[in-house]
Amino acid sequence: MTAELVRGQNHPLSQSRLEIRISAGTPVVAAAALGDESGRIHGTEWVAHPGAPTQPGLEVSRQAAADHRLAVDLDAVTDAVHRVSVLLALPAAEGGPGPARFGSVAAPFVAVTGLDGEEVASYTITGLEAESAVVALELYRRQGAWKVRAVGQGYAGGLAELLTDQSLPEAVQLAGTIGEAVARGLARSVQAPPPRPSDGDRSRQPAAPAVGPDQGGTAPQGTPDPVPPSYGGQPSGGPGQDGPQPAYGAGAADPSTTGGPIDYSHPRRQTSAPPPPPPAAPQPRPGQPAQPVAGDATGWSMEERLYNQVWGMFEDLARTTAAYRSAVDFAESRMDKELEQALSDPRSRLGGQGDAAREAARARHAELVGQARESLDRDLAQLVAEAEVVEPALPPAFARWDNPAWHAYRVPMEIPMALRLGDLRLPEADPLRIPMLLRLPLERGLWIDSGRADSLDGSFTDSHDMRRLAMETAVAHAARLLAVYPAGEFTVHVIDPAGSGAQALAPLTGTGVLAAPPAQGAAGVGDVLGRLTQRVDLVQMALRGGAPDALPPGFDTSQQLLVVNDFPHGFDDRAVNQLRYLADEGPSVGVHLMMVADREESSAYGPLLDPLWRSLLRLTAVPDDHLADPWVGHAWTYEPPVVPPGSQVLHQVLTQVAAARRAWRR
Amino acid sequence: MTKGQAISLQKNDGGSLTAVRMGLGWQAAPRRGLFGSRTREIDLDASAVLFADKQPVDVVFFRHLVSDDGSVRHTGDNLVGGVGQGGDDEAILVDLSRVPVHIDQIVFTVNSFTGQTFQEVQNAFCRLVDETNGQELARYTLAGGGAYTAQIMAKVHRTGTGWTMTALGNPANGRTFQDLMPAILPVL
Repeated sequence: MTAELVRGQNHPLSQSRLEIRISAGTPVVAAAALGDESGRIHGTEWVAHPGAPTQPGLEVSRQAAADHRLAVDLDAVTDAVHRVSVLLALPAAEGGPGPARFGSVAAPFVAVTGLDGEEVASYTITGLEAESAVVALELYRRQGAWKVRAVGQGYAGGLAELLTDQSLPEAVQLAGTIGEAVARGLARSVQAPPPRPSDGDRSRQPAAPAVGPDQGGTAPQGTPDPVPPSYGGQPSGGPGQDGPQPAYGAGAADPSTTGGPIDYSHPRRQTSAPPPPPPAAPQPRPGQPAQPVAGDATGWSMEERLYNQVWGMFEDLARTTAAYRSAVDFAESRMDKELEQALSDPRSRLGGQGDAAREAARARHAELVGQARESLDRDLAQLVAEAEVVEPALPPAFARWDNPAWHAYRVPMEIPMALRLGDLRLPEADPLRIPMLLRLPLERGLWIDSGRADSLDGSFTDSHDMRRLAMETAVAHAARLLAVYPAGEFTVHVIDPAGSGAQALAPLTGTGVLAAPPAQGAAGVGDVLGRLTQRVDLVQMALRGGAPDALPPGFDTSQQLLVVNDFPHGFDDRAVNQLRYLADEGPSVGVHLMMVADREESSAYGPLLDPLWRSLLRLTAVPDDHLADPWVGHAWTYEPPVVPPGSQVLHQVLTQVAAARRAWRR
Repeated sequence: MTKGQAISLQKNDGGSLTAVRMGLGWQAAPRRGLFGSRTREIDLDASAVLFADKQPVDVVFFRHLVSDDGSVRHTGDNLVGGVGQGGDDEAILVDLSRVPVHIDQIVFTVNSFTGQTFQEVQNAFCRLVDETNGQELARYTLAGGGAYTAQIMAKVHRTGTGWTMTALGNPANGRTFQDLMPAILPVL
């Protein structure tokens, strides 16, 4: 019989091996801490957390999740332990994304169950407000017997404050370690997908709005304008949760909107008229799959339909591969079990019976894997055919550099909804490349890793080549950003302290698209960082004061990108702090970082820089399998965008951008 | 369809069924007494568990709305039920042609998350529908069904090249599908 506890209530426990189930509507970090008679945590080894998931008698999950099952064995804890506390924290409090206060999410539910699943006691933690960490339950020893008590004590200062309260000497450091471990899990995920369109071709159920993970950046389905209306959202919360923010408009901001409600309609998009119908797919011949058509998805424009279609292909590939991998895993575990049985069966030791049993087990394995491969191949063939029609139809911002769309490039009049940052693929689906489309304006900065890496194909790239490759990749990304924004709405600054990136930067410097020549030396670094920091301050002040039109006349309202080469060479402590400030505060006011750096090289700064790396999306200059999809969490191989060797496309495009900028300034 | 009855999901024209929907609908029970019109909220949840050779492989419920392979989709959690109009308040859709090859059984369950027994729920039903033509294959009335908080509704399982559905309707107790696992295993 379940006891539904209220805050402060306790309940006896008859079993010592227990499971604690946690259900929260949003990903939370779960940890468990051991305490002595007076409730003190003696040291970090008394806490099981995502960075150290097992301690004697305790086991917790390695990452933040909406559901957890923690294992507790009260017989396995030492006699000194009199208390086991179950702790929950929001990832945002430890430096991750998502909501920052329990008051804005559903009340977490915690249950203590026996190993048979029988619920002993449960507790719904209600009444939390600004707290970001909470002691949910404690199991405690009273006169030789264990009991559970509903605690529900919250802390606005996160785990650091919580652990300090429990007298842990290294509370702050441990909270940092936990944040780091959680971020390692979260940082792998690609930006949240758009709400899944109910594309009749793909999902056979109508009007079931698939709910995307809540990392923000996507408008609800049916909202005609997918572009976030404001750049003023706080980085901690999702769009729409912060209440109206005055729009910090790029160029066309209407002063009359100051303080008033946001006009969510796109100034250049007609919302009353229905969208043009998507291209009609020809009727399939009987017994054959439908012919794929580019733009075969929902959306108010061809661009949006292609964007949704690409994300649909991404999800389909993730799911069909999940089906295949699950089937292969099952086939293997079944074969292992059958082979083991054949071995342990005494009859099979005689004669050919054992051989026959082993043969049968292998045949069953091969048959199931063959069937799984068959259905994977069928889906892949369909996706490959779809990619073949979609790729050529993509607009420049979504297209590979070798796409003819780039030869027909004209400086755009509107900001595109997304940008292609590279390709994603899975080993089972080698011919298929999914465009990795990220929404614009960027929500976080980019980190192009120049660390030495053994690439996936086994070839070895030395550190000098890696740095050059990383800088070339960064230039290609920067060039693409410059090209897809309307003239004058995107400005690129470069810091190249030692001038080592000069050769890679040639396409940018040669065509004159930079705001100023790359900054060199400590003075140059300080100057650029100082100006951008001041800019962030100024815009933030104007936004907080509710007066975005109070910016100085002639203020450049364009988005700013700072490319930093060779970090940390030439950076003093002050410059490092400014960089961190730009990474944290910049994206919300249109200032973005692109760090070309090797994390190892900056290790001299210690954990000071960890939040910086965490806040940036890591990209590589060589294929690397470090990105995860938001549905199943496969490890996808990221391939950076490559300009075809000998191609002049970058130069031609940037020349046009430079000409348009000159014309626009006149 | 009655309890224990099995029907093959083959169509009359020889084609086999490709999509089924499990629908769940209910209405909160009115409270007797001074404020007779006040109702207590009741949250029923529909879940589907995917099995390969009696091993649970994946589960679709209100916290995991789409199976990893994408073949089973939940339309979303309804916390309070409907107004008793007979429509589905929660539904789980299964695209049988996309179910991974090693999955051989899918079991559908209903739980009362808020803990009320089916006696306290009005107009509660669950049904299985051939999604391709809207034809109802099985229907259970849960309301007044006894002092249980859960039911193992039905299973669809592979037979030869197609799928067969068996109506189960076994009463059970539990808050979520995890609690029902001991009750599910014997019916596999």
